[in-house]
Amino acid sequence: MSAAEGSSLEPRVSFWNDPNTRSYAVQAIMVLALVALGYELYANASVNLARLGKTFGYDFWYKSAGFDILQSLIPYTSSSSYGTAIIVGFLNTILVAVLGIFLATVIGFLVGIMRLSKNWLIAKIATVYVELIRNIPLFLQILIWYGAVLKPLPGPKQALNVGGFYLSNRGLNMPSPVFDSGAWLGLVGLIAGIVGAIILRRWARARQMATGQPFPYIWGGFGLVIFLPIIGLLVAGWPVSWDTPKLGAFNFSGGATIIPEFIALLFALSVYTASFIAEIVRAGIQAVSHGQTEAASALGLRAGLTTRLVTVPQAMRIIIPPLANQYLNLTKNSSLAVAIAYPDLVAMGGTVLNQTGKAIEVVLIWMVVYLSLSLLTSSFMNWFNSRMKLVER
Amino acid sequence: MEPAVAYVRTEEAPKLAAPANLVGWRGWVLANLFPNWKNGLLTIIAGLFLYWVLSNVLGWALFRAVWTGENRDACAVEGVGACWPFVQAKFLQWIYGFYPIDQRWRVNICFLVGGAALVPMLMPSAPHKIWNALFLLVVFPLIVFILLTGGHFALPLSTFAGVAALLAIAAALLPLSVYGIEEGIQKARINLVLAGVGIVVWIASFLMNFGTVPTPIGVMSVGKSVATLLFFASGGLAIVQLMADRNLGALSVLRGWLIVALALFLAMLLLKIDFGLEPVETSQWGGLLVTLVVAITGIVFSLPLGILLALGRRSNMPIVKYFSISFIEIWRGVPLITVLFMASVMLPLFLPPGVNFDKLTRALIATAIFASAYMAEVVRGGLQAIPRGQFEAAQALGLSYWNMMSLIVLPQALKIVIPGIVNSFISLFKDTTLVAVIGLFDLLGIVVAGFADSKWASPQTAPTGYFSAALIFWVFCFGMSRYSQFIERRLNTGHKR
Repeated sequence: MSAAEGSSLEPRVSFWNDPNTRSYAVQAIMVLALVALGYELYANASVNLARLGKTFGYDFWYKSAGFDILQSLIPYTSSSSYGTAIIVGFLNTILVAVLGIFLATVIGFLVGIMRLSKNWLIAKIATVYVELIRNIPLFLQILIWYGAVLKPLPGPKQALNVGGFYLSNRGLNMPSPVFDSGAWLGLVGLIAGIVGAIILRRWARARQMATGQPFPYIWGGFGLVIFLPIIGLLVAGWPVSWDTPKLGAFNFSGGATIIPEFIALLFALSVYTASFIAEIVRAGIQAVSHGQTEAASALGLRAGLTTRLVTVPQAMRIIIPPLANQYLNLTKNSSLAVAIAYPDLVAMGGTVLNQTGKAIEVVLIWMVVYLSLSLLTSSFMNWFNSRMKLVER
Repeated sequence: MEPAVAYVRTEEAPKLAAPANLVGWRGWVLANLFPNWKNGLLTIIAGLFLYWVLSNVLGWALFRAVWTGENRDACAVEGVGACWPFVQAKFLQWIYGFYPIDQRWRVNICFLVGGAALVPMLMPSAPHKIWNALFLLVVFPLIVFILLTGGHFALPLSTFAGVAALLAIAAALLPLSVYGIEEGIQKARINLVLAGVGIVVWIASFLMNFGTVPTPIGVMSVGKSVATLLFFASGGLAIVQLMADRNLGALSVLRGWLIVALALFLAMLLLKIDFGLEPVETSQWGGLLVTLVVAITGIVFSLPLGILLALGRRSNMPIVKYFSISFIEIWRGVPLITVLFMASVMLPLFLPPGVNFDKLTRALIATAIFASAYMAEVVRGGLQAIPRGQFEAAQALGLSYWNMMSLIVLPQALKIVIPGIVNSFISLFKDTTLVAVIGLFDLLGIVVAGFADSKWASPQTAPTGYFSAALIFWVFCFGMSRYSQFIERRLNTGHKR
């Protein structure tokens, strides 16, 4: 190829120094090395598996697991399959991640804004919180919440009782609602409330655009979402009763129970992640130039409106990308649940791995799940980011 | 002349002191704590909260704490606070783990040498940074490795021969780098042919089994001995040729080769020599020692790997680029705990039968891979911050890719990302606590293991242990984050607009 070119055209670089040649050579060597490595790993794995009398495959997925799980969002008994156990773990991971993200965002924004407070004491408390929490390993914090805060709580008999909620070393026992027939009217009311709130917001926006008259759509929407389901339930004759926890011989019965493992993990994850979110929020707000707030007050906006309409929307652009990263970190860090035996994906996978010896298969499940979660988060955040992006001429 | 109006001042009026509520501590308190009633209320609530936290924590850690005692009896009393005698009894174990007590001086030497080399490295004004870094990244790990394990490794002579053969092949290729590939092939035709024949014979000896012959270093197959001889001949020829050439470039390349060769042989010799140190299995290591070993190994290996991956990610070659991207994103996308599990349960399946690593080595491999993916992103940030003009200027000067990177771009890029590197070291340091999950006794692991000691079992043992571990980790991490901020400020001054 290059010889043919050389005959018609004077070669400007020698064959050996041609960047194209070099790049093809490097890539060819790299492909060869990767293929060789892959083959080596494959050959070793097949020899080792044969030596141990194992095979590769997911046939264990449908076999009966034979162990119990502390907390499960879907029906699960010890006779359910290994596959079900792993799905239970996955759902538990999602549960703690979603609640953790919510809680961490609330605490993080609060602390981040506190750090910028003009009140010296408030700002210092927020600073100490951030510097203290983010310099202690999360793993240790989970153990502290579990082993030094929740486990020393009194037993069920001396449980702390706050309005029907019992906090003891068995976790949090609380009343759970029981819905009788006719409760669907409440659900209808809820859906109507949400739809109504969305319509109200659109109408309020359109009116403000047209006439300049603002409408308190936040409070209005809030009212719709809360009162319409209540009206629906009242129409049905209030078909809701509460199942309250009752103290038995050793433990509570009835009501809903939140296991201490979950509480410890949730608190540790959100408190830890919040310290990072607080720094992101602070940096984001500080990055909005002072001229923006000055311009807003020159236009006569009150401090609250300035924050809501001028500072926060601009700060959000800077905050969102690192925030997405923190959400992802929280999700990945929820795998530390294994330290306190909260049945998340990694803990369940570990149990299955111990019982079946299917190391490669279980590790593959972990990798696929976590990689898809990161891809999902990053694509969602990219979409969100492009919506929030500065629209320039 | 008398002034016409008596009330005109002839001198300045004396300055009045500022109102008392604007200056001094009163002014400060009013401005910062009670500017208006809402803020004042907040201050009072925050103050009460602070009082509640501090009185509880201090009461537990100091006022109600138990300070002396021999065993659990001192602490297993209703209403007491922290159990400090437990910490006192276990503290040395927290630092050294189960390292034999009469051998702890070896760990101490490592701590001392490391600290002595690290301090000038961290001081921006201290000279000889390159030599310092070289010591810390190459010599110091070797010293630590020999001291902590005990050295005296069974390196057979054939390993030395193998390394010598590789060095000889490298020597045979030296003319190519001195004269450029085309001229080099012309000049060094004979030794390249010799080396090529050697490689062919080597591969052939793998495929066919010739007989064996006794050689000065033991028994070797005929093919391998012939190949080794060919390599030596070709390398020797190349060296003689370069020395005869009195070319400045040739001599400097030759010197580099000689230094590498001597360093390699010295390192292998040090590993082989019996210093009379008692061997200590890695399963006996523990505590702060393991935490530091894991974190430092992670960072030492992740730096070069991370730089390579970052360069690969920005490469124009699609295969290199996509390999780097997928490597980085895969390891960044999964939690460290799964990587550690992978290293402990899956890695042994992929190794050749008979090859096995101990637990610590597996954890080290996992952390090194994991950390290098994160380091790659840190370094990439630095690379992206270097203006295009720097790359273009380097190319205009005719520098090769590696010269451009190592002389122009990386020195600037790495300088920018020093705070980022320190930050990733902090997260790595915190992440080392996870190795407890795969059964290693790092600092946290050994603190938790101490709770099971029936001699000290009391309700306050675990809180005290957690509190002390948190304090130790906090001191390390907070110190490092302060250092990173200090460097950031120092680096900023030059570029402030």
